[in-house]
Amino acid sequence: MISRIRAIAFNTFREAIRDRVLYNLIVFAFLMIGASLLLGQITIGVERQLLINLGLTAISIFGVLIAIFIGIGLVSKEIDKRTLYTVLSRPVQRWEFIVGKYFGLVGTLVVNAGLMTLGFFVALLYLMHRLQPSDTSILAAIYFILLQFMMITAIALLLSSFSTPIESAVLTFAIFVVGSFSEDLRNFAEAAKGTTHYATLALSYLIPNFATMNYIAPVARGNPVPGSLILYNTLYGLLYAATAVCGASLIFQNRNLK
Amino acid sequence: MRTHPNRAVSLTLTALMVLMFVGSGWALGRLRAVRPNTNLEDVLYIPSAKVLKRMSLGYNGLLADIYWTRAVQYFGARHWRHARDYDLLFPLLDITTQLDPHLLVAYRFGATFLAQEPPDGAGQPEKAVELIERGIKDNPDEWRLYFDLGFVYSMDLGDYQAAANAFLRGSQLPHTHPFLKIMAAQMAQHGGELQTARMLWQTTYDTTDDVAIKANARLHLQALEVDETVPKLEELVRQYKERTGIQPTTFFPLIQAGLLRRIPVDPLGMPYKLLPDGHVEVQDPEAWSFIRRGLPPETGKKDQADQSTKP
Repeated sequence: MISRIRAIAFNTFREAIRDRVLYNLIVFAFLMIGASLLLGQITIGVERQLLINLGLTAISIFGVLIAIFIGIGLVSKEIDKRTLYTVLSRPVQRWEFIVGKYFGLVGTLVVNAGLMTLGFFVALLYLMHRLQPSDTSILAAIYFILLQFMMITAIALLLSSFSTPIESAVLTFAIFVVGSFSEDLRNFAEAAKGTTHYATLALSYLIPNFATMNYIAPVARGNPVPGSLILYNTLYGLLYAATAVCGASLIFQNRNLK
Repeated sequence: MRTHPNRAVSLTLTALMVLMFVGSGWALGRLRAVRPNTNLEDVLYIPSAKVLKRMSLGYNGLLADIYWTRAVQYFGARHWRHARDYDLLFPLLDITTQLDPHLLVAYRFGATFLAQEPPDGAGQPEKAVELIERGIKDNPDEWRLYFDLGFVYSMDLGDYQAAANAFLRGSQLPHTHPFLKIMAAQMAQHGGELQTARMLWQTTYDTTDDVAIKANARLHLQALEVDETVPKLEELVRQYKERTGIQPTTFFPLIQAGLLRRIPVDPLGMPYKLLPDGHVEVQDPEAWSFIRRGLPPETGKKDQADQSTKP
């Protein structure tokens, strides 16, 4: 089972790194990191903070875009090209196909994020002339961004398992935006009463909470990352992503592919 | 009976999905405890208004609205929790007004949020003055800002001379409210009196169309009424004791003695409480935000030292 999933994941990775969209987005991310160096020139006292804020935002936003644009096509492309039927005619379970695809894309995102992180640290070194031990907290913030990617990829996969690529892209992006403000939803739930309270509270758990994964501003201010935050963010990110992948597998398992 | 393999996989996936979702809910609950108010931390994501202005690609009006909304949310959320520190409030207002220097509502509401004492506000009247002064610099013909400046000087800083100056400056504008000239004179002569405070709040109430400002002014006017009534009632109790030698424990003896017509009630319609030591208190101190008199000793202690006419 593991070898089958690994083979699908590896093929997905190989296919994804050939995608032109990927390179366009990476170039834009590098441009944005570079631009943050220029923006630093027109401000006073916050050059480093600005570079970290903009640099990590670029990694996050462009990573999310990559996750969405490649994630939505994972299943539909295989159906369109009819390669899915070749794969499924072999002793491969449908859920194994979905899980393999998921890990393939997550691998692609990890490699991309690694490249962008490298670019970011080069920019930081250029600006500050040296790296400090406290800069390791930036890596923790990037790790949270990776967890975000894992969640977004799982959601894109879940949505694309029953809707068209365009619908999935729009919906996934909308969920990303709403998920970034989901604490507001919870605050609203706290203030609301009766049915509205329970409905919004349930929604605040259903919609992914990306706000807890966003630790860019605190690390830009030089705050350390608490160990408990790393632990619970990891648990939350992995469990939420696993929920969505299970959902995608379940739908795909019962989908009529004829 | 054998289960179909596809059905078994579906059941396993469903069970896993539910389990994972419950687990993620638990982890999220822990995260909320570890890191509360995450959205507010992100409020000052980019701390420089100059940079934000350039990044907004000319949409700085929209960005100012967003930052203003954030400031309102921040204030509202902290106020709701009876917080006593509002550290991000001034930076938020600062960025908002730098993005759109003509967003009058941010100066006016913002100054109120900043000036009022905690937990009703940030307790930073000096910052409120700084904000309004900048507002005046960018909107020199706006008489309301001079009114607000005089208001903060008078009510929150107790600097009646500065307040009189602010009203006077505002009264000299071409399209000003005639009341500012009266306020300038009133402030110069009777700066610390309850009557002056009432005039200020009444003007605020009369000159605004904003529901929230009106409601705030109404609360202050009601609080002033309590601050004025409580000492009067305590004086009547003292007179009664002087006359009869008996300390009344209810208001009925005062009604029988002709000192009162009926049981006195506060502006919320609740009867005042007469304590055995002759002090008068409001029935429900929690229902009042700005009163200085008529509070139980533990809540009133802070205010006893401040028995000026501040509402």
